[in-house]
Amino acid sequence: MSEGTLYDKVWERHKVADLPNGQDQLFVGLHLVHEVTSPQAFGMLREREMEVAFPDRTVATTDHIVPTTAEGRSRPLADERAEEMLTHLERNTEEAGIRFFGLDDDRQGIAHVVGPELGFVQPGMTVVCGDSHTSTHGAFGAIGMGIGTSQIRDVFATGSVSADRKAVRRVEVTGELGDGVGAKDVILNVIRELGVDGGVGHVYEYGGEAIRALDMEGRLAVCNMSIEGGARAGYINPDETTYEYLRGREFAPEGEAFEERREYWESIRSDEDAEYDDVVEVDASGLAPQVSWGTTPEQVVGVDEPVPEPSETRDPDAAETAQAHTEVTPGETMEGHGIDVAFLGTCTNGRVADFREAARVLAGREVADGVRALAVPGSGTVKRTLEAAGIDRVFEDAGFQWREAGCSMCLAMNDDALEGEEVCASSSNRNYVGRQGSTEGRTHLMSPGMVAAAAVEGAVTDVRAFDTADEVGRSVADAEVDG
Amino acid sequence: MSDAPGPAGDDASGADDGASVPAIRRVAGTGVPLRGDDIDTDQILPARFLKAVTFDDMGTYAFYDRRRDEDGGRNDHPFNEYRGANVLAVNDNFGCGSSREHAPQGLMRWGVEAIVGESFAEIFRDNCKSLGIATLSVAPEEAEALQSFIEANPDAGIEVDVREETVRYGGTTVEGEVPDAMREALLAGIWDTTAVMRSNLDRAKAVRDALPYTDD
Ligand code: SF4
Repeated sequence: MSEGTLYDKVWERHKVADLPNGQDQLFVGLHLVHEVTSPQAFGMLREREMEVAFPDRTVATTDHIVPTTAEGRSRPLADERAEEMLTHLERNTEEAGIRFFGLDDDRQGIAHVVGPELGFVQPGMTVVCGDSHTSTHGAFGAIGMGIGTSQIRDVFATGSVSADRKAVRRVEVTGELGDGVGAKDVILNVIRELGVDGGVGHVYEYGGEAIRALDMEGRLAVCNMSIEGGARAGYINPDETTYEYLRGREFAPEGEAFEERREYWESIRSDEDAEYDDVVEVDASGLAPQVSWGTTPEQVVGVDEPVPEPSETRDPDAAETAQAHTEVTPGETMEGHGIDVAFLGTCTNGRVADFREAARVLAGREVADGVRALAVPGSGTVKRTLEAAGIDRVFEDAGFQWREAGCSMCLAMNDDALEGEEVCASSSNRNYVGRQGSTEGRTHLMSPGMVAAAAVEGAVTDVRAFDTADEVGRSVADAEVDG
Repeated sequence: MSDAPGPAGDDASGADDGASVPAIRRVAGTGVPLRGDDIDTDQILPARFLKAVTFDDMGTYAFYDRRRDEDGGRNDHPFNEYRGANVLAVNDNFGCGSSREHAPQGLMRWGVEAIVGESFAEIFRDNCKSLGIATLSVAPEEAEALQSFIEANPDAGIEVDVREETVRYGGTTVEGEVPDAMREALLAGIWDTTAVMRSNLDRAKAVRDALPYTDD
């Protein structure tokens, strides 16, 4: 049993009661709501004649089903079912008095992008959302947990969840990252090492010099994919990087209140002598950019390493099926593997720093013939920030479509989908068969810089070979942006 | 918003909150084998079917893409071949991926009442608990043996005993594990936690008031 970790401290502060089923009732500090998993929960609440207990601890946005073209967003939406879901959310949030960032609000976007960037998510909170990538918010030193719809009903009705305490595994990422290698590569490598079910029963506390060196966008990307590693939650202890990120955010405390709050934030950091249930070390020095070759997020290699033979993997049968699907050749590297679509965005890599990383590669270059390239900012705030710095022009000049905020081709609940057997270089988090909207489609997960490089080459390629010190690249992509 | 305590009254079992919450001690019926590790919720319930404001039609969409050929005809997927079964036999890390409750809702509405397998993804298992679907973890070879048994004897009876944490079939009894919280919840009929938690609303408010960030 862990002791003295951030997880233990935050848990204790939020514990309401022991439940008869042996679980703990935990108070929810922030409940993020979106249109896909909430309407049924609001329905259940109505059936029981209950009301939302803590509307002020609840924030809603719309992300999964929204069209990402400006024309597509006029109401009513062309897709009747999408329109119905959106209308339900509008009505439900209004009735309950819940703050909602809808299509007419320029802060609308993916819940896991909006919550952090507006300052709603802070260290030492419990954050839940009817979405597995709620683990993202652990980047602040919060406990972020994805929940199902019946649990959403519970949170609406009681401001709490029923949960059991997990074991805490410290994931120590040592070493220094090289140029062109970043947070996405770190987390893909961690999942590759520990497996997609390695985290079951655990939360991950990420630490070590490679983690400490990451900016908040990078930390969000790492914690985001904890769930792909089987861990319900993943977090990073808050530090100056965290506090500086929060300072000045719209819903973060200001002035004296900020300094007071900071004492709490400091107090919930894991103690120096905290006890963990388990400690693993992953060495990130010399790490190459990572690319997924298969259909689960652990089927990953460095771009300069050969794709493994099925027999060398944890699950040879699954590897064989996956390789038949993606048509990659064991023994060869992923370099040169042709792509049809390049997709930038999502709650993993849809933030300002991610687009800036891609823009450094794209400046002065063009997307290869025949490649469909989509840049989908994670929120309206991200989009406007980039536009103010002129970075949207880098994407458009290179031949990317510059879209409105949403989940888009991450799961293709709107019109943005792979068609037929298209191969996609994607900055998203899941490469499951059918995930991007076509059951024959193929997804290769990689960092935003790697997606940009693949777009230019028309094939998977090593972003480290790209000269990003290019004059145009510097001046445009390094322009002062807040975010 | 209302500060009134919920309608839970003094019955901490949660049985009076408007939802029917029968105790579930055992699930008996026939099996459906589904082989493969890491079967994710995108396979169980493809995202395009999530566009609905109720769960009513989810049974139709369970494994929708896997159950059909390219021309849309039904193939030999177990969910086509083993209709009427209620015990699902799976392998490792079943239900990984998204938190969509649509996935266990789809399985439940198709007919699944218990799932036996090597291991389950956590959110998926929590969702099963919320819906009263029992999950039993067994050793990998036992999961495979059960699948082989069902394939050879599709009509044979299978019984998952929640209290004993076993699955019984063809004269064999296999021990496994139902997570404690799920076991307690199913046996006592308290797998629906809304009412019991609502009865603690005052304590939840006290916790809120003691937190340094809730006055924003
Ligand atoms: S961007 Fe993708 S992973 Fe993130 S919330 Fe949207 S659909 Fe889920």
